[in-house]
Order: sequence, then structure tokens, then C-alpha cells
Amino acid sequence: MTLRATDRPSGVPWYNDEKTRGVLYQVVLLAVVLFVGWWLVSNTLRNLEQRQISTGFGFLWREAGFAIAEQRIRFEPTDSYARALIVGLLNTLEVSAIGIVLATLLGTVVGVARLSTNWLIARLATVYVEVVRNIPLLLQLFFWYAFITQSLPGVREALHPLPGVFLSNRGLAVPVPEFNEGQAWALVGGAIGIAASIFLARWARKRQDATGQPFPTIFAALGLIIVFSFIGWLIGGAHSALSIPEKSGFGFSGGAELSPEFAALLIGLTVYTAAFIAEIVRGGVLAVAYGQTEAAMALGLKSGLVMRLILLPQALRVIVPPMTSQYLNLFKNSTLAIAIGFRDFVSVDDTVMNQTGQAIECVALIMAVYLTVSLLISSFMNWYNNKVALRGSTR
Amino acid sequence: MLQRLFLAATFIVAAIGNAHAGMTFDAVKARGMLVCGVHTGLPGFGAPNEKGVWSGIDVDLCRAVAAAMFGDATKVKYVALTNSNRFTSLQSGDIDLLARSTTATLARDTTNGINFAPVNFYDGQGFLVATKRNVKSLPDLRGATVCTLSGSTSEQNLADYNRIHKMSFQAIAFEKIDEVVSAYNTGRCDVLTTDKSQLGSLRATQMTTPDDHVILPETISKEPFAAAVRHGDDQWLDLVKWSLYAMIEAEEAGVTSKNVAEKAKSADPNLQRLLGVNGNMGKALGVDDKFAYRIVEQVGNYGESFDRNLGPASRINLERGLNHLWTNGGLHYAAPFR
Repeated sequence: MTLRATDRPSGVPWYNDEKTRGVLYQVVLLAVVLFVGWWLVSNTLRNLEQRQISTGFGFLWREAGFAIAEQRIRFEPTDSYARALIVGLLNTLEVSAIGIVLATLLGTVVGVARLSTNWLIARLATVYVEVVRNIPLLLQLFFWYAFITQSLPGVREALHPLPGVFLSNRGLAVPVPEFNEGQAWALVGGAIGIAASIFLARWARKRQDATGQPFPTIFAALGLIIVFSFIGWLIGGAHSALSIPEKSGFGFSGGAELSPEFAALLIGLTVYTAAFIAEIVRGGVLAVAYGQTEAAMALGLKSGLVMRLILLPQALRVIVPPMTSQYLNLFKNSTLAIAIGFRDFVSVDDTVMNQTGQAIECVALIMAVYLTVSLLISSFMNWYNNKVALRGSTR
Repeated sequence: MLQRLFLAATFIVAAIGNAHAGMTFDAVKARGMLVCGVHTGLPGFGAPNEKGVWSGIDVDLCRAVAAAMFGDATKVKYVALTNSNRFTSLQSGDIDLLARSTTATLARDTTNGINFAPVNFYDGQGFLVATKRNVKSLPDLRGATVCTLSGSTSEQNLADYNRIHKMSFQAIAFEKIDEVVSAYNTGRCDVLTTDKSQLGSLRATQMTTPDDHVILPETISKEPFAAAVRHGDDQWLDLVKWSLYAMIEAEEAGVTSKNVAEKAKSADPNLQRLLGVNGNMGKALGVDDKFAYRIVEQVGNYGESFDRNLGPASRINLERGLNHLWTNGGLHYAAPFR
């Protein structure tokens, strides 16, 4: 028999009633939280006022007055602090996104390599993991930065491996297509190619389900995307002008440049995080019962196919949740950028904090930005985890 | 960076918790020790020697204030601060006085909640470049990559200059001066820009062969360095102000650490007021009447401090230039002791 709260025996006072108490505790807790929050905010404001430190986010619209070396959207010193922060945020997102993709690829390769039956490959992978994950990331960043800036020659003696490509301690300068409106057609073509690939993949899957015939979907899809983009480019007028970097004065003009700061940060984050990811992948693969491998081999699958078709899909269930933490780590570790002069969000925010003196607002911005993006990453990963998770039997 | 975030966090905690920011003057007096925010290591301005003893022209100001307050210039605890965390340290009450080659500007004076004492060093921003680049003046540097400190006035001045003269500089900003110097030394940037005195100091102390580097003649900004206290801390600001004035006035009056005892016996009423023989000047500030006497005795006058830290007696060997007294064509001019 379950005893409901309303069934309280007579003689028990109301404040001993289970339900009333439950509500009471919630109310008290809420009141305490609200009070502490109010006290923190009002006390901070009063103190700031007492010390005549101005508050509020109005400063964001003032002119920044400093330059940012690395920018994905146009930024001039005459633009606002807000725009400067957006430039920094885009840099952070760019390096994190590329870093996450590269670290996943490298980590998976190394993790699988550690399981290899080839003695040398397995040992090399082990050494990599043990060395890299046990050295602080900041040191590794300094190492990569010093490595790039010291080992590469100066601008005048820049390495020149291919026409239009220069490698120096100022970074890598490469030719890029000059933008022309006609090139938008190539993008349209690419989009059509992607859409066609999706249909193709569905069709191929249906056919394989029905007949067992495999279809080289990946190569076909790549072909489709390339062909359609090419057609689009032709329709757009086949503009082929390139902006080619040339030595001029102290640096290069034209082309696109990849800075040593960006490269060092990207390599550092990728190499470091990949070591952790490798262990997660290894653990995930080992978590799949060995009988699965034996069964797959008994069916005559080659070892690459065993990994790709049997082991990895099952291992993903174990891999995805801890992988989320690694992605979050990589994203947050990108704040070390300031040590090697890369203008990420924190670095720009730091300059803004210095120029405006709005320490609390600037720190609040850092918290808000990193919290928001971290939550976005983890909700995406949760969605993906749900997708690969073992569900109640469907067949 | 962690240290900076930590400081920002302590600042917030302090801003939250400390409802009654006591007046610094009384707090320092009660503590018996002055907590002074100085540079992490800039020879000539604030740097510890191999025995951990701090020296520099900014450090001398800290010592002067301690001498005025306690009659003992050694009663100072030094806190090394970066460009980024200096203001938050002051605002949060971690330090009593910020003496860290900091340029006084309108925005810092107002929105940062701080007040500046009089200028203790007149500087201007310059450019350091390798001699082998064969650069004679600033216009030759068009398109160069320039390394600087993030959050400094140098970073802003550089952007302004770039804008006006269309120099297409590429600025790379680092948090610490060591990182700036190492980026310059590895050739990541062609030019290093910061205040000229600092360039002189770096050239003399951080470059393997100082003669391989040259400071260009142009000065692109005014950088009046001044110590700072928290806004609204008037009595404390008065003491800092008059401690510096005492050093400047002493130089003008020819009082040095060697002859101060002798000068105190002089019949000159100006000297008598300065050295506390007459006039109760110290009492008005809330310290001993002989405060200026103690400063000169233990720290020296402004000229002595300059020569010892930045002038011919130091490795840096800076021209005195604008930092001469007004009587010698410079800008240092103390308000009268009366």
C-alpha cells in the first residue's frame, strides 16, 4: 500500500506533512537562491558605483582603435568593440571547428593504430599518446610556435616549393581564386551535387538492402559534387584569374596567408586532443565483444571492412559520450591562443578590458560566450549520441 | 593568462564582497607595509636583481612613499603585474599604489575608477629594428609586421599612426613583453614597438648584441608615466603626489642623499619647510614633518634616482631629455612646499 500525503494520520501537525514540506523546501531554496543572486548583483553594483567605475555594456559600441591581425570579416580600428569581439569569436570558432575535425581524424587513426597487429605501428602510436597527453598544452603551443618561426626562413629567403606558394616564418602564402560573381554558380553547382549525392546514397542503400549489392557511394558522391561544381563554374563564365602572392617590401601582397600563430595553435590543439581521442577510440573498439570480429572474419570480410562495418559502428556508442568532453576541452583550450599572439575571443576581450577598464562586463562576456558555445556543442553531441545509441530492438 | 583570469576573478569577488573599501591611507598605516604594483621585470623601471631586491625609477617612488609614511623605505611589498592585470589589481584593492610605467590617459583616469599622481617619467612611443634591415626612418617600414603588447597604449597608437599614414602595418600583439621580444628575435616581426625608454632597456638587456638594433628617431606619441591610486582616495593621493614632488623639489634645491643632513641646517626658509625644520608640512599630509628628509636620505632626489636607474650609472644609459627639471629645459616641475 502506498501512503499518500493526504493520508496522514490525525495528530501529525501540518508542518510534518510530506507534501507541504516538499513545497516548503522548494520555496525556501528558491528564496535563498534569489536572495543570494540579488545580493551579489546589488552589492557589486553598489561597490562599483562607490569606486566610480562605470558599468554597463554601452562601451561595446565605442570605437575600438586597435587593429586585429587575423580577421575573417573586415575589421578596421574605426569599427566598434562589439565588432572586434565578433572577429575574435570567429577566429575562436574557426580554429576550434577545424581542430575538432582534424583531432577526430588523427585520434581515430592513432587509436586504431594502437590496436594494430603490426608491432611497430602499435608501439609508435603508444609512444605518441603517452608523450603528447602528458605534456602541458601550453608548452606544446610554445614549442610549435617556436618551431614554426625559428625553423622556417625569413620572407626574403622564403621557401618556394610550387609556383605562387611561399613558406616562411611569416606563414604560408598561397594563391586563391579572385572572387567573381560568376563563381557563385560553382557554389550552386556544388549544392546540386550534394543534393544529388544524398538521393544517390538513399538509392544505393535501398538497393543494397534489397539485393545485397554494394555501391561505391563515396566515390560516386565526390564525383557528382566535383562535376556539378565544374559545370556551375563553366556556366558562370569560367573565371580562372588567381590572386598570386608576391614578395613586396616586408611581406607578401595578394593571395591568402595562413599565419604561424594560427598554424601553431591549430597543430597544438589537434595533436594534443588527438592523443586523448585515440584512447577513447581504442577503448570503444575494445569494448566490442571479440566474437563480433571473429564472426565478421568468418563471413570473409577483410580487416579494413571489419573495422569500418562491424567494429566502429558499435564502438561509437561507447566513444561518443567521452568524445563530447574532448571537443569541449579543445574549444576551451583554444583560449591559450593569447600566449602565442593569435587573436582569439579571449585575446581580443583582454585588449578591450584593458582599454575600457570594464573588467566585470568583459569577464561576463567570456563566460557567456564559452558557456553558450559549449552548450551548443554538447547538445549537438547529445543529439548524435541518441542517433547512434542502442535503441530497443527495431527489427 | 590563467593568472590574469584569476585576478579578474579576485577582482569580481572583491567587488562583490568588500562593501566598505577603507581609505588606503589608514589601511597602509595600520598594516605597516605598502603594497606596490610594479612591472614584472623592466630594468630601469621595476625589476628584481639576482638577490630579489627590486630597483627602478617606479620602485623608487614606492620606496619614497614608504619612507614618507613609515620613515623606512624598505617597508614595501612588491607585486609584479602584467599590462593586462594592473588596473584590476588596483581596483580590487590587491595593491595600494600602481607604479608600473603606466601612461596617464583620460579614459583610464575616468572609467577605470583610478586617479593618477603627477608624471614621474615622460616617454614616447618608438620603434626598434635590426640594423641589417637598413631602415633609417619610419616611412621605410611600410608594410612591416610589428610586434607589440596587447592592451597597451602602444597598440592603439600604432593603429592610429597606421590609419593616418597608411603604413599597412601588420600588428601582432602578445600578452607579455618576453613573448614580444622572442617573436622579434626569431624574426616573426620586423619591428618591435613600445615606449622608447622600454626599447632602450630591452636593447641593452635582452638583445645578444645591442649594436645590431637601432631605435628609430621618430616618436609617435606622448606617454606620460604616472603612478595611480583608486579614485576618491584623496588623502592617499596627496601623500603619493607630495612624495614625488619632494624628490623633484630636492633636486631643484640641490639636496641629495649625501648632503641632506647638512642642508637641513640651512637658514633658507624654503629648505627648512622642505626638510621639516619648519612649517609642519608633513603634519598637513598626515605624516612626520621630516618625510621629505627621509625620502631624500633613503631614496635620493629625482636626479639621483634617474641616474642610478636609467642614466649613465645604469646599463640602459638613457638621455635625460624631457625628464630634466624645468630649470634645465625639461618638464619636471614640483609645486612649491608652502
